[in-house]
Amino acid sequence: MAKKIDVPFNGTKEQEERLRKVLADLKIEHGGKGLMIASLQKAQEIYGYLPEAVQQIIADELGVSLAEVYGVATFYAQFSLYPKGQYKIGVCLGTACYVKGSGDVYKKVCETLKIEGGQCTDDLKFSLDATRCIGCCGLAPVMTINDDVYGKVTPEEVEGILAKYRD
Amino acid sequence: MFRSHILVCGGTGCTSGNSMKIYEALVARIRKEGLENEVHVTKTGCFGLCALGPIMIVYPEGAFYSQVKVEDVDEIIDEHIIKGRIVTRLLYKETVGENGDIKALSDTNFYKKQHRVALRNCGVINPEKIEEYIAYDGYQALGKVLTEMTPQDVIDVISKSGLRGRGGAGFPTGRKWQFAKNSPGKKKYVCCNADEGDPGAFMDRSILEGDPHAVIEAMAIAAYAIGSDQGYIYVRAEYPIAVQRLTIAIKQAREYGLLGKNIFGTGFNFDLDIRLGAGAFVCGEETALMTSIEGHRGEPRPRPPFPAVKGLFGKPTILNNVETYANVAQIILKGADWFASMGTEKSRGTKVFALGGKIHNTGLVEIPMGTTMREIIYDIGGGCPNGKKFKAAQTGGPSGGCIPAHLIDTPIDYDNLLAIGSMMGSGGLIVMDEDNCMVDIAKFFLEFTVDESCGKCTACRIGTKRLYEMLCKVTDGTATMEDLDKMEELCYYIKENSLCGLGQTAPNPVLSTLHYFRDEYEAHVRDKRCPAGVCKKLLRYQIVADKCKGCTLCARNCPVGAITGSVKEPHVIDPEKCIKCGVCMEKCRFGAVIKA
Repeated sequence: MAKKIDVPFNGTKEQEERLRKVLADLKIEHGGKGLMIASLQKAQEIYGYLPEAVQQIIADELGVSLAEVYGVATFYAQFSLYPKGQYKIGVCLGTACYVKGSGDVYKKVCETLKIEGGQCTDDLKFSLDATRCIGCCGLAPVMTINDDVYGKVTPEEVEGILAKYRD
Repeated sequence: MFRSHILVCGGTGCTSGNSMKIYEALVARIRKEGLENEVHVTKTGCFGLCALGPIMIVYPEGAFYSQVKVEDVDEIIDEHIIKGRIVTRLLYKETVGENGDIKALSDTNFYKKQHRVALRNCGVINPEKIEEYIAYDGYQALGKVLTEMTPQDVIDVISKSGLRGRGGAGFPTGRKWQFAKNSPGKKKYVCCNADEGDPGAFMDRSILEGDPHAVIEAMAIAAYAIGSDQGYIYVRAEYPIAVQRLTIAIKQAREYGLLGKNIFGTGFNFDLDIRLGAGAFVCGEETALMTSIEGHRGEPRPRPPFPAVKGLFGKPTILNNVETYANVAQIILKGADWFASMGTEKSRGTKVFALGGKIHNTGLVEIPMGTTMREIIYDIGGGCPNGKKFKAAQTGGPSGGCIPAHLIDTPIDYDNLLAIGSMMGSGGLIVMDEDNCMVDIAKFFLEFTVDESCGKCTACRIGTKRLYEMLCKVTDGTATMEDLDKMEELCYYIKENSLCGLGQTAPNPVLSTLHYFRDEYEAHVRDKRCPAGVCKKLLRYQIVADKCKGCTLCARNCPVGAITGSVKEPHVIDPEKCIKCGVCMEKCRFGAVIKA
């Protein structure tokens, strides 16, 4: 479970306008049906996560209950109700990486940052997720930080890699 | 006309290894030399040999450069392109003959036994240019279908070819299309399942990245066969390159009038949209996938009614996997007999596997059905690295099972794999060696299914959780022999009582490892020992007195002070204090620390 972090929602007027505009466009593009997942994806692109206030906007725009939005948002792994770190770390726990020891890499990241999967450090710098296969099994075990890909990672290298992103 | 063509792999594996920087550097350098009209640089889909990425190939020589770095670009341009001297040190070793001549790729061990049908264009054409696809007979099959064949003709050809669903279950494609065609209704849908969820499989993404038009063309053919005018491709949002190339491909197909209204002037209408999955393994199940396209929680529903009768938005729908579609245009062009001539009696054609884990040649391979596991692992894959012993191969991901070493000569097809307790699955093939613990692997898959169970039915939601807890007891050394029997009983209960494929197959990894590696389970339970030395709680680190030089390095690095001993005397680990972190073993320069 994601660690609850008390970050006040500070969405701007501008973001809200963007979201409403995007939702209006989606309605036309999708012919009015099957909008929910695409709406949440767009909203997460704009805000980085899906706080209650944002879910409420979507519920209002799509004419459904907040509960329904929440139900979909919590079903899929892609959606986060809490903010992610500035640097999003993903350790691949796909089978190919796992048999080559990515489980130990994952544990090492947890220990080093003192967080668990799905959580974010208190300074909002790093968040960690276990990812499924990202498709570069030739580099197993694989770790990603935002768009950077690190291949053939050993637990010993973890601290050095993370250090590059601290301050 | 260009005198040279440089093909750079733009698949995910090579891209992760910076191949796009290499591409940019090549383009920049070619421009600087003013060779734009002589040398053509292009990015392609996956070559398959991901272990050696980033990969590039230079024609006409056919020089296959592997593990290329950005720094190598200048040398390749200076030597190869300008002076005509091949950079031998970068060549893939297998392609260099005894007297230094270059062998064709198709003669190397990795490619020799492969037969590329679904992957035919991957690593050959630029997936972002529809012209290149068309130059390789692209959209000819669609033209043939629309102008020369009736919908029933199309279904007959597909049925006769023996093509079965490549998503895993192997349902005959022609029969599926026939059901949808026979369903009454004006509005029907064609869907493509590109929600590749098996952790460790990347066949579908490679096809989408390397040859997106093949899927689009096949979907249009399917639409004509069943009488549909709208399709959806449901693709994982985690596949940004695939999504981007699909988007480009759909746009180009529309511009060329190959999607949209009145295609080829025949009055046939068909258009296609992409829907992004949001990360849920259960959405690979057909009814769950359709519920997800509709925008809801991706929970499956009972069948019947089958999607062919009542599917997406309540209309008749067919859903096929990416690889299934990738075969369709070829079958139409070359005929059902050509396709049926490959493979075994009940499994025709080829199958793509994503080869990974403890194997030399990690990558993507396509082999005729009926090829043995031995050929794939040793001849194509090059065996396990570091001289380790092959233990088992896992197919079918979280729904499949293990194939132990003594069954390595089994010819691979749908029915043989089922008979030995595994399944074809979508094509993930993970190789494990003697250092992998089979109980740990079963636990790994169960952890995955616990996480991914949608929670709708009790047998799966609670059953997988309880099964996982029992596996934890085994790896912790607290299970009893009775627990093993209980586990087996629970496995069958979950299989029989779950609503969808996820729950029905979730116990397979446990059942198959229990069947073939029961001795390993028993070692954990009875002897409190993990034979592969993986399960931490059962590990004991020991120092071999004969090898220990008393250098004190281990004692100084032990985080809990569990190692004692004086200088130049053999050291000892206190098992009570040891937290099994393994630092001592890493640090020891004499190999004196062992796992017991």
